[in-house]
This record gives sequence, structure tokens and C-alpha cells, in this order.
Amino acid sequence: MTAAIRQRVRPRTAVDRFLTFLRFALTALVVFGLFAFLVQQFVGPDNPLTRFLNEDANRLDWDAFRGLLVSGLSQGSMYGLIALGYSMVYGVLGFINFAHGEVFMVGAMTGLITSNKLFEAGVWDDAFPVAILIAVLVSTICATLTAVLMERIAYRPLRGAPRLIPLITSIGVSFFIQNTSALLLGPGAKRYPLLPQWLRDDRGPTWLRIGGQKILVIVVAAAAMAALWYLVERTKTGKAMRAVAEDKEIASLMGIDVDRTIVTTFAIGGAMAGIAGILWGILFGSVTEFTGFLPGIKAFSAAVVGGIGNLGGAMAGGLTLGGSESLAPQLILEPLGVTGHTQLKDAVAFLVLIYVLLVRPTGLFGERLSAEDRA
Amino acid sequence: MSDTAMSAPADLAPARAPLDQDWRKVVNYGLVLGLALVFISLTGMPDGLNSRVIVEPWLSMGYLSLMWLPFAIGFAVTHEQVLEGMVQHKRGARELFAGAVVGLIGGLCLSLLVYLLDTRDLSDPLVNWNQPLLDFLTRDGSVGEGVLLWVGVSTALGLFGGLMRIVPALGSRLVRAVILTVVGAAAMEALIDDLSEGVWKLEGVVEWLYHPREGLEPAGAIALAIAAAFVVLWLGRQLKKGGAVYNLAREAQPLAVNAVSVVAVAAAAILLPIFLGRLTNDLLVNVGLFVLLALGLNIVVGLAGILDLGYVAFYAVGGYSVAILTSPTSPGISPTLPFWLAIFIVVGMATLAGLFIGAPVIRMRGDYLAIVTLGFGEIIRLTVRSDWASGLTGGAQGMLSIPGPDLNIGGWTLPLVGWTMPKLEVDLMGTNPQHILYVVMFFVAIAIYVSWRLENSRIGRAWMAVREDESVAEAMGINTVTAKLQAFVVGAILASFAGAVFAAKVGSIFESSFKILVSIVILVIVIVGGMGRIAGVVAGAFVLVGILGGPNQPGLMAEFSEYKLLIYGALLVWMMLKRPEGLIPNVRRSRELHQEEFLQDAWLRGEVDRDEAGSEATTDEGWAPA
Repeated sequence: MTAAIRQRVRPRTAVDRFLTFLRFALTALVVFGLFAFLVQQFVGPDNPLTRFLNEDANRLDWDAFRGLLVSGLSQGSMYGLIALGYSMVYGVLGFINFAHGEVFMVGAMTGLITSNKLFEAGVWDDAFPVAILIAVLVSTICATLTAVLMERIAYRPLRGAPRLIPLITSIGVSFFIQNTSALLLGPGAKRYPLLPQWLRDDRGPTWLRIGGQKILVIVVAAAAMAALWYLVERTKTGKAMRAVAEDKEIASLMGIDVDRTIVTTFAIGGAMAGIAGILWGILFGSVTEFTGFLPGIKAFSAAVVGGIGNLGGAMAGGLTLGGSESLAPQLILEPLGVTGHTQLKDAVAFLVLIYVLLVRPTGLFGERLSAEDRA
Repeated sequence: MSDTAMSAPADLAPARAPLDQDWRKVVNYGLVLGLALVFISLTGMPDGLNSRVIVEPWLSMGYLSLMWLPFAIGFAVTHEQVLEGMVQHKRGARELFAGAVVGLIGGLCLSLLVYLLDTRDLSDPLVNWNQPLLDFLTRDGSVGEGVLLWVGVSTALGLFGGLMRIVPALGSRLVRAVILTVVGAAAMEALIDDLSEGVWKLEGVVEWLYHPREGLEPAGAIALAIAAAFVVLWLGRQLKKGGAVYNLAREAQPLAVNAVSVVAVAAAAILLPIFLGRLTNDLLVNVGLFVLLALGLNIVVGLAGILDLGYVAFYAVGGYSVAILTSPTSPGISPTLPFWLAIFIVVGMATLAGLFIGAPVIRMRGDYLAIVTLGFGEIIRLTVRSDWASGLTGGAQGMLSIPGPDLNIGGWTLPLVGWTMPKLEVDLMGTNPQHILYVVMFFVAIAIYVSWRLENSRIGRAWMAVREDESVAEAMGINTVTAKLQAFVVGAILASFAGAVFAAKVGSIFESSFKILVSIVILVIVIVGGMGRIAGVVAGAFVLVGILGGPNQPGLMAEFSEYKLLIYGALLVWMMLKRPEGLIPNVRRSRELHQEEFLQDAWLRGEVDRDEAGSEATTDEGWAPA
């Protein structure tokens, strides 16, 4: 009976069939790619199936796999930190702050300026922990300020406008910040000073030796995440944020200053992005004005993958996305015979987003949105 | 709105004293002005634009890029929102004073920059903190002269901005006309030069107007200003009458396009490229490409309300299809078809791409859709660039030697009559901008016709219903999925035309021409021009791409190429905040956007019942004129 009713409400159209086909095709691609990978690993690259798919396939050794996994995870933890900002703003205001990636870029840029100044002063080499602390502090403050100013100038006047209006505005903001950086600080890549040797050394047991800066990135990201969790779940400010995310009108009736809470949300998201920015600098050593764009979009994808509005989900989504964009080219595309698979890293990240939205639109861990956005 | 409201009760209330100010507002605006001036100086814009002279020894675009601000903010600070029932004070010395104070604060901030430029060295992070900027700001004089200059100029301009509030409407119209004419004439120097070349006596006039190197002669500028003032003063009234008649005629028969005007436009379109030089033709081709793209995106965003950020994907599909089909050196399949045959296949490819990208995203929330389409755009670009697809697309090396379209369509014979279309004995092949301009105009004409017909059709109304409220549209019996897919496909086909012409124009194709940037510039054009309005979108493309330049193409003012993206970003934000309906708005769209305000105004005037205002749209008197 119910099935019949549902049938009448929304008949299966060609579009539905196409979507079903797409879901199955993508799943089949992933499964078959993994199968081919397993065959290549355990049967050896000289079996007929592997040779048929990819003539010069090689077995992936543990060192290479570990390297990919660790760099995927460290990049993913950065995506996770940025994704928190997207997720929180989406939870509270219900729109994608497209310019959040630029906040991350501002963090990376100001971190770069600070660390270069510190390097010139000699602090970077002599007292690295102090230097990095100062750099983190400066970039966090600058990123927070950027996020707060952005909210004040561009988004607050648009409270209550149709959902796409602030999104378009944020595209403009993103463009503006990107080009401001290019014009004020000069275009092109700028290099961070070299990290001290003791930090760059590989660490850990012999089977799991990891570059020191990657450990640092993962540890800092985890610490920031824990602090955020405490803030949102255990403090009064966090309670106010959750209340505003649930229902702005009722929250304001309960005596919560909605505007202030929204600013706080932007500020916290900005701070997380600022930390992510300096981690980017530590991990990759160079920044351009476009640094914020792709990681920003990927971080949004991570937020969607984890379930938007869900903070734990954002972090998990970041790790998932970072891991899959780092591993999938080797694990799925190479066994299938795709040449130059590393060039398709970014495409894989977007495909993950599309796949998750097709298969599970609420994200892996479920979204948490206010009543009005749950449409 | 305030301008109309202010006239009636103005004589009831006395003017306020000059010192009766909202000081916080004045200081805030002054500081905003100061920050903006310092920011613009440090972006290097004034120095970079200094080479574009407007009036030969006096004024350059560089100085203008700073000088418009005190004027604009002096004007803005004196703005007063007059709501129903509020007392409207008479404007007078108070407005002048506020404008001057704002200008003074801004000038002081810039002077501080001049002083710091002289004494401190911050050139490490700030690349434009250098001697040329200092020389520019002080006009090669001492620091003291620079300070005096900017404090004086900024205060005077702020005062002037305040003055604009006091003078009657005619006065401000005069000033606007004079400024626009002089700056416009300077900006379009290359174009005017090109047009007048060889035309009897006009060449002499143009030579008299412009300085031999660049910019207007002082006498020429004054002559132009007088001419502009004359037009406003003497012809203004006549023009207004003419406009009223035109509007009446349009309202009576909204869809009537008379044959004469069509023939006239067609004739002008055919003759114009012959008289234009190579550069102007090239510029017009660029503008035409973006008109085409913007018209396509206008259908998707403006009519159907789908924010497609990956629109560049369809542009790429068109370009790459043509390249593969027509180029003799395309690496994979290389059928070397003629352009006009390839176009039909391109339409097919674009339809497929539209359906393929459209189908998965069509059910998503509007904002997810935006990001996912952006993702699709990047996926297509990255795939095209990768080694994996390079067997078909040339990868990062791209594809070369794409032949242009053959304009010589003669040579065929009507089967039964036996009449042969004469084949011209001139070479109309290749990538000559003059010939490409015809091709572009052909496709733009198609795009305009299609948009215009679709807008007033059943499909177009379905799109607008979906844009306004999807659930209501569905309840009214519109198949929203089909409607959205149709919009996607029509938009895709128009973009693929642009891509095809682009490939033929450049003669080669690389993935770097299809970055996300292009999608966003097209979006800026649609939004600045006016979403959902054909004339607005065309005007937007002309103003933005024609003057400032497209994502990779220089415009009339090539000096802006470094700064145009910054300007586009700022413009997008400003438009969304202040005028989301665009410069030339679509009436229905702007009603949607300002529904609340209109209803509130109407309710205040007692024209609508409050409950009624909340629930349902009211009679036409309820809407303020758009």
C-alpha cells in the first residue's frame, strides 16, 4: 500500500534510472578497482588480469603505501580543520561560506610573513617552539579577524535573504581576498623558512617511520579539534551556538544574543582555518594566493561527506577525503590502467563528493541542521 | 526612493545647523574612506593605472582611481533613509559639512600613508611599498606637498559629494553626464580612433580632441563637457518625451519587433566589422563570446534559478569538440570536418554533457548543486589535461591548427531548380577577427532570439515558477526535473557555441582557458547586468569584458588587466548587498528580491492590509516602480 502511494507521488523517471545506474557504475568502478589492486598485490603483477588492465603495473610496497596514507591523513586533518568552519557556519546560517578557504589562505600567508620575520631575527632556528607558537598565534588572530570582518561587512546585511544570495556574495568575497593577497603581497609562490632538522627527521618504529612535521600536523590538528569539541559541548558559548544552530528565533527568546553568537561562530571557524593555514605552511613549505581555493572546496566536500553541521563528521570527513584523494589514484586508478593517475588527485576528491551525495546525501555520519534548513 | 519622498515636505522643516551631525557615522565613514584610499594605494592600482591619461597633463586614471572615493563616500554619508512618517529636513550646509569632514578624515589617512612611506620601509611583505608610489602620491614633490595635496583634494571632493545632495536633480544629472562623457571618451579612445579613421572630417575632430600620445586635450575635454551639458540641458526634456513615447509603444505591443528595425540592426551588423580595425574587431569578438556565455548562464541562473558554477565545463565541451573534429592534428580521432558540420555534432555533445552533468545534480539543494557543478567543471578540466585523456585531447600540450569557419557558404546547387549559389572568389577562411566577428554575431543573434522566445514561452514561465518556489511550481503541475534539465541543456548548448567559436578564433586550445575563473566571471556579468534580463546581460558583458577585460582577454583599458579580478570580486559583493537585481533589472526578478520592502512600503501607505501583505501579492499599486 505505502509502496503504491510512493509510486504515485514520485514516479520513477529516466532521471531516477540514470542516477541508479550512476550509483551502481561508480560503486562497481571502486569495487573492481580495489579487486584489481588486491589481485595485483597478492597474486603478483604478472597475472593475466593485471597485465591486461595495465601493462606496467607494479606491486605497491608497504613504504610507498605508508607514505601515501600518512600524507593523506595529515592533509586530511587539515581539510578537517577547515571543514569545521564550513560546517559550523552552515549549521548556524544555512549557507556555504565559499570564502572560508580564503580565511585559511590568510592564515597561511600571515603565518608565512611572521615566520620569515622570525627567521630573519634568528628566533626560528634558535628557539623553534617559541617561533612556531608566535606564528600560530599571529595567523590565528589574522584569520579570525578576516572571518569576523567578512561576516560583518558581507553577510550580516544579508541575513534572511534567499539562500543563494549570500553564497554568491561569498564567491565575490573569495575572489576579492584572493586578488587582494596577490596585489598587496605580490603574486606567485612564497616560501616558508626551512624547518629545523630535528623536526624533519623521520620518527617512530622501523615499520612506521613518519616525517616529524607530519606528526606535528596531525597532533596539532587533533589538539585543536579537542579544544573545539570542549568549547562547543562543554561551555556556555558552545551551548549558545548549538541553540542558535537549532533555531535562531527561539534562541533569541531564550536570551541568547544571536548576532554575537554568529560572530563567535565565524571567529572560531576562522581560528581553526588559521591553524590549518600554518599547518599547510609547515607541511608544504610554500603558499600562493590560490592556496585557499582548492583546499577550501575540498574542505567543504569533507564537511558534506561527514555530514554538514556535524563537527565530528567534519573531521572524519576530512580524513576520509584526504585519505581517499591520496590513496585512490594508486589503489583504484592505477590497477585499472589509468596513466598519469596522480594528475587526477583533485578530480578524485570531487568524485568522492559526488559519490557521497548520490549514495548518501546526508553524509556518512548524518547532518545536523536547523529545522528550516532541513528541507 | 528617498529622492522622490524628499521633495514634498522639504519646505515644512528648516535646515539643520552644520554642526548638527551624527558624529559617529561621519567619523566611521571617514575612516572607511581612509582605509579604502590606503588599500587602493597599496594594491599598486594608482601607480599601475597612471599610464592611462584622461586629460593630458592634469588627470590620469591612476589619480581618478583614488579621487572617485571621497566623492562617492561624501555623497553616501549624507544619505538619509526617509521612511513614511519621518520628518524630512531641508538639506543645506549640514550636508556640505559632513561631506567635507569625511573627505578630510580620508585625506588625513592617506597623508599618514605618505608620511609612513617616506619614513618607514615595509616593502618586505607589501610589494607596493616603494618609491614610485610615494612619487605618485606627492606628484614628485616633497612629503609636505603630498599631504597638502591629498588633504585639500579629498576635502574638496567630499564637499562636492555632499553638494550633490543639495543641488536639484538636474544639477546632479549634469555632473553625472559630464563625468561619464569625459571619462568614457578617454577610456574609449582606441575605439573612437579606430571608428573615425578614414571617415570624412571626423578624423580631424578626433585628432583635435585627443592628445597625440594619449588622453584628451584640455580643450577637447572642456568641449566634450560642454557638449554633454548641452545634451542634458536642452535635449533632456525632448529625450524624456521620446522615452515616454517609446515606453508607451512598448507597453502597447510588448512583443512587436518591426521588420525595419531588424533589417537596420542586421545591416549595421554586416557593415560594422568592415569599418573596424583588427584590434576593435578582436575586442568585439571577445565581448561577443562573453555575451553568448552570459546569455546561456542567464537561462540557467537568471530564469531557472540554478546556480551553476561549473558552467565553463560546457564551454570546454564546445571548444574541445570543435578542436577534435576540425583540426587535422588532433591526436586521437581526427575527421577534419568543416566547422559548420562540426557545429551540429557540438550541439549533440553539449546536450549529452548537459544531461550528464544536470541529471545527478538536479535534485540537490541549491547550494550543494553549486559546489557539485563546480566540481564537475574541475573534473572535466583535470581530465582533459591528464595524460590519460591526452590521446584524445592533447593533454597539457593542447591542440593546434584548428581551422576557422569557412564563411564562403556558396558553391552548392539547389537540387530541382538547378540554381547554384555563387561562390565568392575571396578567402573567407581562417582566424581573421573580422570574419570571426560575423560568426560570433550569428551565434549571439541565435542566443538572443532563443532567450527571448523561451522567456515568454511555457517553458520560460515554468523556469521562473521553479526559480520562485520549487514546491509551489511542482504543485501547479510543472515537472520541475524536466524544466531544470531543459534549462541546463539550453544553457549548455549556448556555452558550447561560445566554446566552438573560441577554439576557431584562437586556432588552438589549451585546458588553461577553462578554469573556474571563467565561470565566475560569467556569473559576475550576469549578476551585474541583471539576472533574467537579456538587455542587462548584454550590457554587462559589454561594460565588463569590453572595458575591463575577460578572464584572459584584455579589454579597452588594458591597464586594468592586473586589477580587474579584484574589481569583479568587489563588484559582486557590492551588487549583492546593494542591488541584487542588477543594473538593468528584470522587473519580476527585482520584485521577488524586494518583496518585503515593497509590501512594507505599501502597508505603511495604507494601501494593503497587513495580513494580506504577509500572505499574498497585492495589486499593482502595492509595488513601487522598479
